[in-house]
Amino acid sequence: MTRDVAIVAFGQSEHRRDSSEFSEVEMLMPVLHAVLGQVGLTTDQIDFTCSGSSDYLAGRAFSFTMALDGVGAWPPIAESHVEMDGAWALYEAWVKILTGEAETALVYAYGKSSPGELRDVLTRQLDPYYVAPLWPDSVSLAALQAQSLIDAGLTDERRLAAIAARYGARTGADDYVVRPLRRRDCPPIHDGAAAVVLAAGDTARRLCPRPAWIRGMDHRIEAHSLGVRDLSDSPSTRQAAERAGAFDAPVDTAELHAPFSSQEVVLRRALRLGDSVAVNPSGGALVANPVMAAGLIRLGEAAARIHRGQSQRALAHATSGPCLQQNLVAVLEAS
Amino acid sequence: MSREPVAVVGIGQTKHVAARHDVSIAGLVREAAQAALADAELGWADVDAVVIGKAPDFFEGVMMPELYLADALGAVGKPMLRVHTAGSVGGSTALVAANLIAARVHRTVLTLAFEKQSESNAMWGLSLPIPFQQPLLAGAGGFFAPHVRAYIRRSGAPDTVGSLVAYKDRRNALRNPYAHVRDPEITLEKVRSSPMLWDPIRYLETCPSSDGACALVLSDTAGARRAPRPPAWVRGGAMRSEPTMFAGKDYVSPRAGQDCAADVYRQAGIAEPRREIDVVEMYVPFSWYEPMWLENLGFAAEGEGWKLTESGVTELDGDLPVNPSGGVLSTNPIGASGMIRFAEAALQVRGQAGERQVDGARLALGHAYGGGSQFFSMWLVGSERPDA
Repeated sequence: MTRDVAIVAFGQSEHRRDSSEFSEVEMLMPVLHAVLGQVGLTTDQIDFTCSGSSDYLAGRAFSFTMALDGVGAWPPIAESHVEMDGAWALYEAWVKILTGEAETALVYAYGKSSPGELRDVLTRQLDPYYVAPLWPDSVSLAALQAQSLIDAGLTDERRLAAIAARYGARTGADDYVVRPLRRRDCPPIHDGAAAVVLAAGDTARRLCPRPAWIRGMDHRIEAHSLGVRDLSDSPSTRQAAERAGAFDAPVDTAELHAPFSSQEVVLRRALRLGDSVAVNPSGGALVANPVMAAGLIRLGEAAARIHRGQSQRALAHATSGPCLQQNLVAVLEAS
Repeated sequence: MSREPVAVVGIGQTKHVAARHDVSIAGLVREAAQAALADAELGWADVDAVVIGKAPDFFEGVMMPELYLADALGAVGKPMLRVHTAGSVGGSTALVAANLIAARVHRTVLTLAFEKQSESNAMWGLSLPIPFQQPLLAGAGGFFAPHVRAYIRRSGAPDTVGSLVAYKDRRNALRNPYAHVRDPEITLEKVRSSPMLWDPIRYLETCPSSDGACALVLSDTAGARRAPRPPAWVRGGAMRSEPTMFAGKDYVSPRAGQDCAADVYRQAGIAEPRREIDVVEMYVPFSWYEPMWLENLGFAAEGEGWKLTESGVTELDGDLPVNPSGGVLSTNPIGASGMIRFAEAALQVRGQAGERQVDGARLALGHAYGGGSQFFSMWLVGSERPDA
């Protein structure tokens, strides 16, 4: 891995609770145009395109094939898709650039949760034989995790309230959704899209005055069964952070993909983030939560801080699966 | 900076059947993975990362099933990626895995693709509800039949060519112990008298719905040196995509397929694919796609592909054997079908294809496509290391 690769542009949609008036393509296309516009590139100048999305959110098979219309894949393009959060699409594109086969890459992700009940839909990603038939919903599982943190003495409801308050929790949001999680501890559910442009070496320097260099990136998965995991800890996050070089030097910024306030507690511990680190200056997933794009947005927001000269070394994190089962960590630097 | 050469050092697949009632989804994928590891004489601890692919999650009714499969595939504590590029996914998944080694991110990667189609009805899973698609189309056959008809009209091919492909692939499948549809009583007459499903495609000219999985162990140069059996070296690999529909799209010979093949040949230094490539495992879900892809991939001039089929060139003992495994016509766990093509190509150049072995195969093309003839993934594997 001797090649320098940077995030040179980032864009996202206005995330909405309900975008039934817009198709995925209509949601995505302005974002793609915006990021390409930032670096003055057109689709035919992009060497590799990779996206992340989920058919289950869209409620139809092959939903990503239509989204490709937003890219304008003609003449044909080198393209791939992961059925994962867009952060992992960025990972695939980063690897592609590392092979030397591409100089530039366009990465995008989108999700429309509004057509279904997200809490119900997400139960379909649990073990189909032993767990999914019970329909344990995503908030209930996050509540189990929060309770395990409280039982371990690692947080309490007062401290969770303080986390939520940092993100401007709505007043009157103190009713319980599932104990011990109150409405303010739970993410909004949004429809939205995000995109980034990656570039290698001198191309990145040419396209962007302050590229956000990817100094390391790694992702790890844990066991699926909640019963065999310590939900108050995130060993996969720590492992990915070690591999990404996150502990080699202090970071000034961390964008954490923590849809629930309690998950921020888990991640801060796993990543050993002190009080001097600006955590989620963007507002994080407690403010904007387009599922399947929210992880990619963490990488994009961290990079944008570097682009604006507000960060020298930032950590970005993305998660997937119930109770932080799978985690990705990237370290971005200004120089 | 040069790419690390990538070698296929282990290959495993399940016996493909209509319904594997005896195993869970986890059991199915584990069976293929263990077979690939056994072939490579490696254990779970030797695997650095897992890359898994499958077609739409609706086929099994599990959203992002890789989360649940992490344990069964020994991925706990490792990176796990899930690829989905429609029907081409089995091929794309192998290419994503190969890139992890080419970029020197990992040294040994397990890649696997599967489908357990008995969990649902794939034909209706592929028929999108209104308003996403017009109500005329039922399954993939309804979508592809008009394009086959366009090919016949454009090339002037005789009506009989499709049945020749089906007869060949169904006989080849009898040599493949893993193939799903194996009919020892198969005759050309039986193909030609089978019911018409989507004119001009008859029942015996279509692919089945299968349960099955395929796995590959990929490794770097050092891993290939330690491998107990001869490796297959990746000589070139590429993916190309184009939109589902637009004015000017050529459904018979999509440009994305031509571009993808040209990129692979460029990487491998192939000037004359017809002469230099020894065997092809191509994605032929409906018989007529053999002559169509022969043209699209540059093995025949436009309008001439059917002549190769008709003259026996693509038979197992022909000059350019196509689908010695029996192909997608005989085995179709959709998400795995592309990887099975890639795996069968690798088996050929390793000299380990058993009764379906093409004598002296040194260069083999694996091919997959998906969506509305819009997603393509291909790799060319050889018995020699690329820089050797």
